[in-house]
Amino acid sequence: MKHTLQQVFRSGKFIFGFSILVAILLIVIIYPLVIPDPPLAIIAQGTFFEPGIYVNVYDSIIAPKYTLNLEGAAAKRIASRLNSDDRLAMKEWLVAVGIPEDEIDIEDTALLLELWETHFDPKTQIAGMTNARRNYYIRLNASLEGLLATEAAIIAVKNPTTGALEEKSVVAQSDFVNANKVANVRLLPLGTDNFGRDVLTELIAAARVSLQIGFVAGIIATSIGLTLGLLAGYIGGIVDDIIMFFTNLFTVIPGLVLLILISFSIGQERRGATTIAIVIGLTSWYWTTRAVRAQVISLRNRDHVNLSKLSGHSIVHIILNDILPYIASYVVMAMILQISSAILAEAGLSILGLGPRTTEVPTLGLMMNWAMIYYAHTLGKWWAYIPVLVTIALITFSMNLMNTGLDQVFNPALRD
Amino acid sequence: MAERKVCLSGSGLTKIYGFGRTRTVAVDHVDFNFYEGEVISIVGESGSGKTTLAKMLLGLTSTTEGEIYFQGQRRDISTQRKKLEYWKNIQAIFQDPFSSYNIFNKIDAVLLDCINMRGGHGFPRAKKVEMMTEACSFVNLKFEELTNKYPFELSGGQMQRLMIARIFLLMPKILIADEPTSMIDACSRATILDMLMGLRDEIGMTIIFITHDIGLAYYVSDSVYIMEKGKFVEYGTADEVILNPKEPYTKRLINDVPKIYEEWDLSTV
Amino acid sequence: MGKVLLEVRELTTRYITRFGESVYAVDHVSLKVEEGKSLGIAGESGCGKSTLALSLMGYYFAPLHYMSGEIIVDGHNISGMNPDDVRKAILGKEIAYIPQAAMNALNPTQKIIHFVEDVIRAHDPSADKKAIYERACKLFETVGLPPQVLEKYPVELSGGMKQRTVIAVSVLLSPKVLIADEPSSALDVTSQKMVIKMIRQLLHDGLVGSLIFITHELPLLYNVTDDIMVMYAGQIVEKGAAREAVFDPLHPYSKGLMGSIIVPEEGLREVKLTAIPGVPPNLKNPPSGCRFAERCKYVQPECIVNAVGLRSTEGGRVYRCIFSEKELREAYRNG
Repeated sequence: MKHTLQQVFRSGKFIFGFSILVAILLIVIIYPLVIPDPPLAIIAQGTFFEPGIYVNVYDSIIAPKYTLNLEGAAAKRIASRLNSDDRLAMKEWLVAVGIPEDEIDIEDTALLLELWETHFDPKTQIAGMTNARRNYYIRLNASLEGLLATEAAIIAVKNPTTGALEEKSVVAQSDFVNANKVANVRLLPLGTDNFGRDVLTELIAAARVSLQIGFVAGIIATSIGLTLGLLAGYIGGIVDDIIMFFTNLFTVIPGLVLLILISFSIGQERRGATTIAIVIGLTSWYWTTRAVRAQVISLRNRDHVNLSKLSGHSIVHIILNDILPYIASYVVMAMILQISSAILAEAGLSILGLGPRTTEVPTLGLMMNWAMIYYAHTLGKWWAYIPVLVTIALITFSMNLMNTGLDQVFNPALRD
Repeated sequence: MAERKVCLSGSGLTKIYGFGRTRTVAVDHVDFNFYEGEVISIVGESGSGKTTLAKMLLGLTSTTEGEIYFQGQRRDISTQRKKLEYWKNIQAIFQDPFSSYNIFNKIDAVLLDCINMRGGHGFPRAKKVEMMTEACSFVNLKFEELTNKYPFELSGGQMQRLMIARIFLLMPKILIADEPTSMIDACSRATILDMLMGLRDEIGMTIIFITHDIGLAYYVSDSVYIMEKGKFVEYGTADEVILNPKEPYTKRLINDVPKIYEEWDLSTV
Repeated sequence: MGKVLLEVRELTTRYITRFGESVYAVDHVSLKVEEGKSLGIAGESGCGKSTLALSLMGYYFAPLHYMSGEIIVDGHNISGMNPDDVRKAILGKEIAYIPQAAMNALNPTQKIIHFVEDVIRAHDPSADKKAIYERACKLFETVGLPPQVLEKYPVELSGGMKQRTVIAVSVLLSPKVLIADEPSSALDVTSQKMVIKMIRQLLHDGLVGSLIFITHELPLLYNVTDDIMVMYAGQIVEKGAAREAVFDPLHPYSKGLMGSIIVPEEGLREVKLTAIPGVPPNLKNPPSGCRFAERCKYVQPECIVNAVGLRSTEGGRVYRCIFSEKELREAYRNG
């Protein structure tokens, strides 16, 4: 046994797959301990906030100020409000009203704005321009107000008795706050989803639930498959015929269709993560049965089994001591595949809206489902679904890699 | 010659596998009387049904037709308990020592099983160790060196000797040896054969030798049964059958084995 | 003295395991095969006889590696040649090889004639289909196989027939050396006899230049080859004419091996079979002295320390022992 484990941990593929899986498990366990936020809490008002660091504006104003004279700060500020598309649009207008093209330099912000201020008039009729385009130019013009201003912004509060504005504080262009001293800063590494929930927290909770579903389903499927396979293979005869009848029945019914029908008939209300796991487990045992049965049949006539019979051992003893240890490695490999395919099956069900009910726990499949319903893919909100895809891929990849590694260890013909 | 007692006999023993188009008659109505204390060889080529016959004698596979009589009594192995009783009297050594052991069990477990089967459950540990040591020394193995080892740490010859040690502990009345030396190097073969014969003298058992090697059968046995396509075509004492074969099949088998003292006649094929 | 078709000088090859350990499976083996002659190689499993067969052909594919020595096939030195070149230039034409399971190499979905075409076209791509058929028919008739076999699928043939077919096809190009590694041990005795008869006839008719026959069955070897070479733990321990090697072995190991022969002949039951205790040494870590020392009845203290070289007798026999021929005979007489 010890020897086998040593061999297993010499296989590069197994170690690689195992490391990925352990890393995912560690993240899934440790992250909620460090950041105990409820994964499904809605924190954002609005949908699909981009990934980034969100700094509270109000707290920034009252935070201690530091003056940093950084070169290019003004240029960056202008660039963030006047991007190259806007500059090209401005040039287009200026050319249309008759400015020679070579006089316009879109890189020179001051010159461009000067030309713009002298020549832009919303009333000017330009041939072929749509109303929408005209409105764009009006909005653009409004946003350019004070772009080159260098004076400080004044924050004022209304005096509750007189109603007059009183200067509260002045924010100069070179004023900075230390983000550490701002009371409220929130990092959203993967932004928020359609409901305004932190995608990262949600993803980690979802990975945990999906792995749980995978393990529960994998263990159920493997135990059923193993028990039936051992009985069918070892006892043979009529027992074998009956077990194989049901196994064949399950084999010919497409698994996903069966899953969909069962999930649908259970009903939205009673579909929890555990229920889904059990349903997946109960519909995927058949290939383990077939595989285990085939292995047992080849072992059944081996001399050591005959000898064990001659030593007067009972069927249970023979199955547990003379058959099971020989197929244990195979069963472990089958279970790894069962777990990874159960995770995929859950994702498949949930994406169709037949997964666990949506109010309690996230799963990887549900996250895909939400992203799909809210058009994250067409809106280009990649953070809502790419990380989920990567997580599913990593989990199944690591498990399949472990399986291949084990296969090479236990199956000398595949060794390179 | 002293009066010979029949130890194991069969009448009309038949084994049929499959049905319809896949129906195969592996053993076809064979009758035999194996006498106590003799070495009997069943010789046949692969597919002659000799291994199936061995399994039927051992009760590892059911018989389609016919009866087996053990010491004059009709054999009854309908329950696990009766099987256990029967297996106290008949044991086996198989061809491939490497597949005869459960690789997950230590050597001690193999031998302890035998002691337990002979009613040694309650023996104190020291007595069990003494019995195992005796059995191992019978086959020239040292129990102290084997304890806590796994069978695969031994060589093929040593594993086969351990099988004989197992029989030494079980003391059956009949031993079925299914090609016990065919996977063993020629140099170790004599050791195995010597030990088997020594064991027969020690506990007075009957040995049924299953082999394809007619030379080996001649060397070890008192009676030889030649099997072809599930039937015994010729049987008798070793000298009768090997030196004066009557059936063409037996003649062919003997002729086709390479000889060293006589000229090997290649023209007859 | 005939023309030397295969000469091997001090050939050493080794396996390199997955963990980087070296196993010296063939250790300084020298041999010579003359035209029309046959050499038998005997030994227990694991003594390096099959590895020697692969090494003789220059068939070095990992984990087998060439170390040193020379292999000269009909005047051409092939030692150190790229195995792929060897396969193209040497195999089939110069050396033909028949492994134990050769019959399983037949593609079950194609007729035998297809296999024959493949073999011939590999060396002569322009060969005409009809010419190949006629050539194959002629050969099959010569070796006593019905030409109808060519039109059959492998499943329609018995094991012995398949093995004989493969042998016939492998000598289509009249190789100088035929290496047969246990060609008959998977067969029943009757098919074995047919295979042996055919191989002997091939050599007799000159369809193959010479024969190297490898088996662990001494009676078989005695009936097939002129000379017998006994290998133990990767080394030659004795070499000589078949009759002498079987009835008058010199090396204590060969003596034990010959004493364990079982043949269904009168007098066998009175013979006491000899047994050699112990197991062959592990070749990952071979002993520095004589490799047979720890199993030898006549072992001397110096056997364990110093490597023992090969000695030749006046009668042209070769053996590896510290004792002289006379001393050995004396020892055997005294038991």
